[in-house]
Amino acid sequence: MTVQLEYNRIVEALPQNLASSVIAIEDHGLIIQPERLTDIAAFLKVEPGMELDYLCSITGVDCINYFEIDYLLYSIKLNHRCTLKVRLADKSEPAVPSLAGLWLGAELQEREIFDLLGINFSGHPDMKRIFLWEGFPGHPLRKDYGHGC
Amino acid sequence: MAVKTEPLFLNLGPVHPSTHGVFRMRALVDGEVITDIEPVFGYLHRGIEKLAESKSYRQFLPLTDRLDYVSSMNNNMAYVMAVEKLAGIEVPQRAEYIRVIMAELQRIIAHLLAIGSFFNDMGTFFTPFFYMFIQKEKITDLFEMVCGQRLLYNYMRFGGVSHDLPPEFIPALTRFLDEMPAEIKKYERLLAENEIVLARSKNVGVLTREMAVNASAAGPVLRASGVDWDIRKVDPYSIYDRFDFDVPTGANGDCYDRYRVRVEELTQSLNIIRQAVNGLPKGKVLNPVPLRFRPPAGEVYSHIEGNKGELGFHVISDGSDKPYRIHVRAPSFINLTALKNMLIGWKLADAIIIFGSIDICLGEVDR
Amino acid sequence: MVELLLLPASIRSELPFGYWLHLLIFGLGIITLLLTSVIIFIWLERRLVGRFQLRHGPNRAGPFGLLQSVADVIKILTKEDIIPSRADKLVFWMAPVIAFTPVVLMLGVVPVADGALLADLNIGILFVVAISSVTSLGVFMAGWSSYNKYSLLSAMRTVAQLVSYEMPLILSMVGVVILTGSLSLNEMVKAQSIPFILLQPAGFFIFFTASLAEINRTPFDLLEADSELVAGYNIEYSGMKFATFYLTEYCEAIVLSTLTATLFLGGWQGPWLPPMIWLLLKIGLVFCVIVWIRATLPRLRIDQVMNFAWKFLLPLAILNLLLTSLSVIFWPTAPAWASGLINLSMLAVFILVYSKFFKPGGKTVAV
Repeated sequence: MTVQLEYNRIVEALPQNLASSVIAIEDHGLIIQPERLTDIAAFLKVEPGMELDYLCSITGVDCINYFEIDYLLYSIKLNHRCTLKVRLADKSEPAVPSLAGLWLGAELQEREIFDLLGINFSGHPDMKRIFLWEGFPGHPLRKDYGHGC
Repeated sequence: MAVKTEPLFLNLGPVHPSTHGVFRMRALVDGEVITDIEPVFGYLHRGIEKLAESKSYRQFLPLTDRLDYVSSMNNNMAYVMAVEKLAGIEVPQRAEYIRVIMAELQRIIAHLLAIGSFFNDMGTFFTPFFYMFIQKEKITDLFEMVCGQRLLYNYMRFGGVSHDLPPEFIPALTRFLDEMPAEIKKYERLLAENEIVLARSKNVGVLTREMAVNASAAGPVLRASGVDWDIRKVDPYSIYDRFDFDVPTGANGDCYDRYRVRVEELTQSLNIIRQAVNGLPKGKVLNPVPLRFRPPAGEVYSHIEGNKGELGFHVISDGSDKPYRIHVRAPSFINLTALKNMLIGWKLADAIIIFGSIDICLGEVDR
Repeated sequence: MVELLLLPASIRSELPFGYWLHLLIFGLGIITLLLTSVIIFIWLERRLVGRFQLRHGPNRAGPFGLLQSVADVIKILTKEDIIPSRADKLVFWMAPVIAFTPVVLMLGVVPVADGALLADLNIGILFVVAISSVTSLGVFMAGWSSYNKYSLLSAMRTVAQLVSYEMPLILSMVGVVILTGSLSLNEMVKAQSIPFILLQPAGFFIFFTASLAEINRTPFDLLEADSELVAGYNIEYSGMKFATFYLTEYCEAIVLSTLTATLFLGGWQGPWLPPMIWLLLKIGLVFCVIVWIRATLPRLRIDQVMNFAWKFLLPLAILNLLLTSLSVIFWPTAPAWASGLINLSMLAVFILVYSKFFKPGGKTVAV
């Protein structure tokens, strides 16, 4: 059975400077500051006892007031998982650091989110639309799409 | 005298016999060798995730069939399980067993097609493909018995499955289970040790273990690289913890290993189906669920071992009768991440079979 | 008319118009026979492949589907003839003709009975070798002039492959020439009281393999490679010009079957039945083997094809030639079984030694 990592344990394991960037602990994930996402992910990827080395899935959600991005991480070796969440309050020019440098698997998924939600992943090697053509008006998965967007 | 050469830009797809759909690769070739490649997606993008937001939970169910259209049963199962987890719907035991039987039969179909088209890409003139298609048709007949459809079944429901098994189903299934091992042996005898097959696929398109994990590869692609990771084993869902089966893995992560893993999974799936048929309990197959129901606000990520890898549904509910957001973790799509690294430096003919050995379905890639 | 063809040369020259009448009748005979037999052989191939693939094959048009090819011809002749706007028009027009003509010419030196042939050239086999290479020129012209990248790649593969396989093909013929002591095909058939396949199994093996490559049949069908290059050199052709290429392909297969039958299977020789029937039976037999191989084997990669020609077939052909000449010089009275056995054991040893160096797979090219 893939065990859900206890988020308190993660926060305790994080070094001081990273632990301060944890905003909240929710049932479904650890909410962290977008700026420190890469550092925390890099730490969790190699830290003994965590070793979250497999980036399973990235979901982007438009929550009306903010954008939320969920990163689901697995540890192949220890068979546990955890979800990291970032919330982007800036809806006009949302941006978040890219994880493509840590996991190759993030590359296409981040492009998908860029295409459908219009969130920019800074540091991504090839940030452009993936499913829709260049020049497509708007980003369909935004909740206000089709209402004059 | 040095001959002046320049690279040739070659457009593979979107209409090409070996891209398994409308996939497109913009390849830069130096003679026969691929020096750069850029996959182009989106020719089959239907916006399924956006459509979900304007449909009720039940109305979205037929659309899941159309994700990976050669594994409709698995897609149904993954979505139905996610919503059941979200809304707390109970499933009768008999329905769980039927679901497992259907999902494993569907896995056999998908793997047979994957193997058959892999050899087509290698240049056999459709012969293995037809051999496998005959067995595939028998399973399709079984599916037709239970739900009347031959491709997009839409068989599973929240709280069970739509119909109970008809009386002629179990005898037909038993007949199929009895003859399939001999068929698999036949494929093995004809294909597995063929020198040209070995020469074409061994050590070709190697995906190392580290690369496979890093690129989030899943399913047979990940297992061929030597990672023992099968959701049915590591995170048993439904009733998979009651069955005894092995997870075949490869050693090198080359095209040949990916093909071998799929062949061995055929046997394992038969194994699971046999156990499920033997343990099939009596009882009802569907717990009544209202036509339009409102799951509590919240989110859930539920995954199964799909035919191409981990198939996950991330369903977010805001308490209304329509999903707020549904995200599909599409294994075909994510398996293509490593494509570029796997193709560069190989010859054009290799590229085709490496791509074929990943086994994607465009309905799932573009969604 | 058939009786006229089978008259001895001495009587034929006394007919009105003498040799010219003979040329006219025989020329017409060859073309008619070839074109009709192509229709039959296409039907045969499709039916056979159908059987190999556990399906029926064409069975709707006419009895046993015999009229299927006729229907195809009618369809293809009524199709629009499209020339790409940026194609090299003159070369594009010439290519099918240049590819087709030499194939028909090759049959001119093949005897259908003792002395019954269009032109009993004393250098018959040399003529065959010289004229057979011209077809590849037509194929190359087609690929080059189409202004299509796939056909260009295919044309490049063609040249590389055909030039390579010419060498072992010719060298294996030389073994037969040494045994016969003549370059005339009629003399060669007469010398085969025991078919040369028994005296020269290695020669037959080389000849047959190399000729498969010459006519671009599986496993050497790289230039058509439907899974990689879509259709290869004839991708831009349609209508009658495409039909000519299609015709060329099958005529080549028939002509190579004829040559194999003539050089190694005793040509028109055989008991009870008339010589022409014997020849046709042997052609049919060889053709069926070609179809069998097509339905069975995957395709090789271009570098493997090249390696096979230069590192395996060519040394084997040279060894075969050496051994044959030595045995003719030093042991001219050798019984048939002894020389056949020597040849066969040489083939076996060579294949065994070579298989030790067999390495499956491939390697990337540093980019």
